[in-house]
Amino acid sequence: MSRTQPGVTGPATPPTEPAMSPLRRHRLLDAIWRTPPGLGRLGAVNHSIVGARFMMTAFVFFAIGGILAMLIRAQLARPGHVFMPPEQYNQVFTMHGTVMMFLFAIPMFEGLAMYLLPKMLGARDLAFPRLSAYGYWCYLLGGGFIIGAMLAGVAPDGGWFMYTPLSSSTHTPGINADVWLLGITFVEISAIGAAVEITASILKMRGAGMALRRMPILAWYFLVTAVMMLVGFPPLILGSILLEVERAFGLPFFDPARGGDPLLWQHLFWLFGHPEVYIIFLPAAGVISTVLPVFARHRLVGYNAIVLALVAMGFLSFGLWVHHMFAVGIPHIAQGFFSAASMAVAIPTAVQIFAWLATLLKGRPRLDLPMLYLLGFFFIFVNGGLTGVMVAVVPFDWQVHDSYFVVAHLHYVLVGGFVFPLMAGAYYWMPLVTGRMPIYHLGRAAFWLIFVGFNLTFLLMHLTGLLGMPRRVYTYPAGIGWDWLNLLSSVGGFMTAIGFALFAVDMLMQRRFGRHAPRNPWGAESLEWSLPLPPPSYNAASLPPVDSREPLAAHPGLGRALAAGQHYLATPRHGWMETLGVEVVSGRPDQIILLPRPTLLPLWTALATGLCFLAMLLKQYWLVGAGAALVLALALFWLWSMGMREDPAPLPIGHGESALPHPGVASQPGWWGMALLLVADGALFGSLLFGALFLWVVAPGWPPPALLGFSPWLALLALAGLLGAPLAGALGLAALRRGRMGACAALFLLGAPAGLLGAGAVAALPLRHGAPPTSHAYAAAMLVLALYVALHAALGAVMAAYTAARCGSGHVSALRDLAPRNTLMWQGYTALCGLAALLLLQFWPWMAAP
Amino acid sequence: MRRLAPGAALALAGCSGPLSTLDPAGPGAASVAALWWVMFFAASAILLGVCAVALYALRRERRGRGLDAGRFVAGWGVAFPVTVLAVLLVIALRTGEGMLPKPGPEGALRVEARGQQWWWGFTQHDAAGGPVHTAGELHIPAGRAVDVHITAADVIHSFWVPRLTGKLDAIPGHENVLRLRADAPGVYEGQCAEFCGLQHAQMDFRVIVHPAGAYEAALAALAAARPDPSHPGAADFAASCAGCHAADARQDGAAPNLAGLARRGRIGGGTLENEGRESILLWLRRHETLKPGSREPSHAALDDAALSRIADYLETAR
Repeated sequence: MSRTQPGVTGPATPPTEPAMSPLRRHRLLDAIWRTPPGLGRLGAVNHSIVGARFMMTAFVFFAIGGILAMLIRAQLARPGHVFMPPEQYNQVFTMHGTVMMFLFAIPMFEGLAMYLLPKMLGARDLAFPRLSAYGYWCYLLGGGFIIGAMLAGVAPDGGWFMYTPLSSSTHTPGINADVWLLGITFVEISAIGAAVEITASILKMRGAGMALRRMPILAWYFLVTAVMMLVGFPPLILGSILLEVERAFGLPFFDPARGGDPLLWQHLFWLFGHPEVYIIFLPAAGVISTVLPVFARHRLVGYNAIVLALVAMGFLSFGLWVHHMFAVGIPHIAQGFFSAASMAVAIPTAVQIFAWLATLLKGRPRLDLPMLYLLGFFFIFVNGGLTGVMVAVVPFDWQVHDSYFVVAHLHYVLVGGFVFPLMAGAYYWMPLVTGRMPIYHLGRAAFWLIFVGFNLTFLLMHLTGLLGMPRRVYTYPAGIGWDWLNLLSSVGGFMTAIGFALFAVDMLMQRRFGRHAPRNPWGAESLEWSLPLPPPSYNAASLPPVDSREPLAAHPGLGRALAAGQHYLATPRHGWMETLGVEVVSGRPDQIILLPRPTLLPLWTALATGLCFLAMLLKQYWLVGAGAALVLALALFWLWSMGMREDPAPLPIGHGESALPHPGVASQPGWWGMALLLVADGALFGSLLFGALFLWVVAPGWPPPALLGFSPWLALLALAGLLGAPLAGALGLAALRRGRMGACAALFLLGAPAGLLGAGAVAALPLRHGAPPTSHAYAAAMLVLALYVALHAALGAVMAAYTAARCGSGHVSALRDLAPRNTLMWQGYTALCGLAALLLLQFWPWMAAP
Repeated sequence: MRRLAPGAALALAGCSGPLSTLDPAGPGAASVAALWWVMFFAASAILLGVCAVALYALRRERRGRGLDAGRFVAGWGVAFPVTVLAVLLVIALRTGEGMLPKPGPEGALRVEARGQQWWWGFTQHDAAGGPVHTAGELHIPAGRAVDVHITAADVIHSFWVPRLTGKLDAIPGHENVLRLRADAPGVYEGQCAEFCGLQHAQMDFRVIVHPAGAYEAALAALAAARPDPSHPGAADFAASCAGCHAADARQDGAAPNLAGLARRGRIGGGTLENEGRESILLWLRRHETLKPGSREPSHAALDDAALSRIADYLETAR
């Protein structure tokens, strides 16, 4: 292919180089981007591979969760049925919920987002490919850990909500509950990692000119979901840590006899648990907003209204958690507030439903396979939404809470709101993944089996609940009206399972026997369909300019132009894995992001992380320390291997434009990564403060005066260390700006002892007055608060030393200042948390002091 | 329900049952059931409407391209739900308010319910102020407000009598108060609604509602019902059971109070129907397989004759 349009092609191809054929360009790019075969696949970091792995693993967990569901239905098919003993049944229903929520739904979203986002946004990969790979291994190992425990007969058995005191060491003495707490926290590492990854990638890695207002609607959904995960998962992680600490070391956070409160667990759990429902629903709603317009043959109605609605849902979803707790005895006026908020969230949902209906009405819909699943969605999800409004009605919830009515409701919402849209998405995007078209007959049969079976199972279950059947019972008496309902629900359940099996077979058949898909087989208008099918390792041979919300409608020939290298970053140089970084709002290119190569580091780091969790389960705490040190060492080695030793110069990117490689740009992904990680970390700290203040307000006699100790000198020492570290860092950064590298290194080096001083002093504070932390929730909470700050200060010391070393090794300059800036950000965050913690640690003692 | 038209009654034949929220026997459950039927018909109409629009959109020969999408979404997606939800919220709050334990002119009867793995213990006071402890059965008068003070001894449980009113959790460290009122005498089934461990399924209880005038007498009979102390089984009971169980309704114990056991409808939180001595004996012999995991220790050390004597002894408490 010769460069026939020099005006468009621009200087992306250096003028000295002869024109490059698409095939040669493909070979060059593929040599750079492809993942080595064989064992090298273990080092894969490419978003297509990692995303597909997430989705396939999630589907395997879905199958496991489905088999568990069938065991439940077999047990409940008849009254008094002895299919499983109660201890086994309790493990089975706990695992069904746990697997479906944590090992299927969330990872499936993560995989879908990882797979689709770069292709949809016009990038070559995600912002932190090695982080995705690390997250995948954490997910696989954590999930394997939990399933392994189930096969060994020691699965969690306290319900997926793990209410304490049932889950405390008194009432669940074995390792079952520890498996849940540790395994889920391990998996949540991957969720936080994915949330950072997805948010940073959407904000920074899009096609040139793709302003936020031109983003495909799905990216908005994924963005809101990922931010919700950053804020929504930390309360659960904190709750799990506190409960595990209570179980392992006897620190009483939830024990009412020692100043704790079991309701604190419920608050922390549902502070996560309710946003979780929307974290599951929103990505699927995004799939609908993407797929439905294609088959309606009309652009999505109300793009702006939908963006507004989903941001509103994101906010509202954090104000509803108490509607899971209407029966715990909270004052009616407070219940009324949460009831109103729970109803209010129906409004942004209704906006989307009617925007979709309007799109259908305005368009000329065709009933292809994905559309069939979307129609199934309408019936099931709207039904679930309506029963959701019902259970938001406080007095009605007093009756149906913890009954089969709620089981029916939540399955309508989650299966209707997640599984059906994703099956539509699966048929829609399978040609992208495999390059082959669906085989229609099997897909239709699967749909009808699932649709009829699902409704048979769960529509009837509403009545079962209204007739008084409570959840989580392993058996029930005959002759009180529940027999035939349960039998039909079981029949429907098995029908649904057969339907899902058929769906899985269909997917395999399509991959093997489907006819080859032409480029853009559905006539869609988003960028992923500009790629050859299946897409090559580097996605697009050149990256697209974007000047509209429907790029393929505006430029039908875009795919060929991209393959011909007519747009951005068409010519590989230095073997770099290049993609474009853009300004957040405008989408103007502002950097060339250089991505890291495949490596086994994520796998090793995940294995070391797994070692920590396994050692905690086995109560070998020295091994936890060793594992943590290994993780830290690997992380430092991992970070050390990146970056540049000389200042980059602007390089041509095509279309006559040029940009700096990312190490020389302030707003580079690494900065966003740290900032977003601190958002999640801040949510964790906020949950901890919430917990301490909650107990203060709710638990009687809190804090006990006998435990109060006021230590002004120690507090001042802690303050000096915690504030000294960021002060030294700020001075160091200022010195760097003036080009004084030596002073910068020395000042950062000074931050290390300051951080350690702060860590030591703050950790000593709650222990100074001899009140053992096991004696009272106040002492326990203050210890955890102090240890949180101490851990951050100690890590800050490591980062400060690392930064000084990076200055020495030539990785840092006034232009390449990521390490000092990120370290300073961390130190500043630690100082803020430290101030809040010191206030709490010393305020009560100060008030009580004579 | 009784307020509904007779035509509807036919459709509701499937709605009755000893634990049915749709077969209310008290004002709390009745107001929720009425709310349910309103919500059910409104929700059905909305669901059918949405599905009808979706299916209509699939028809080829239709008009609708001229639809003003902005007004459609604003009207149906915002104005319509705001209106419906505002009305519903007001009704919901009023209904909920009406179910709360508020002080009234007549004064509510106070009873205590304590959930523990896996049975319910009840304590109330007779006219003289003496305590009456029962297990698995709560006795109240008809037509009078009863405030159940709910606590938990170990883990979280939930007190639920679906035909009378909604549920309320029993939480360690907390005391919750639930207002009950039964319209008519009868037996109303209750159960634990919060998952509480291995035998959560076997944690039933009954609310026995007496005619208002007969309540004090019933309570007195309960307090007086104790086994015959001269029965030969009394010694076996004292040696093997009395460490945990009281056989006197005036005394509390760590295990279910057994005074008046012979008159109870069920044994073991709903595990067994109580059909007299044989049922008690069956429980004594086989409780570990009937309700595995319960705190009751094994009776393997007792021979069959001793178990029979204990069963006979408990059977005398009428």
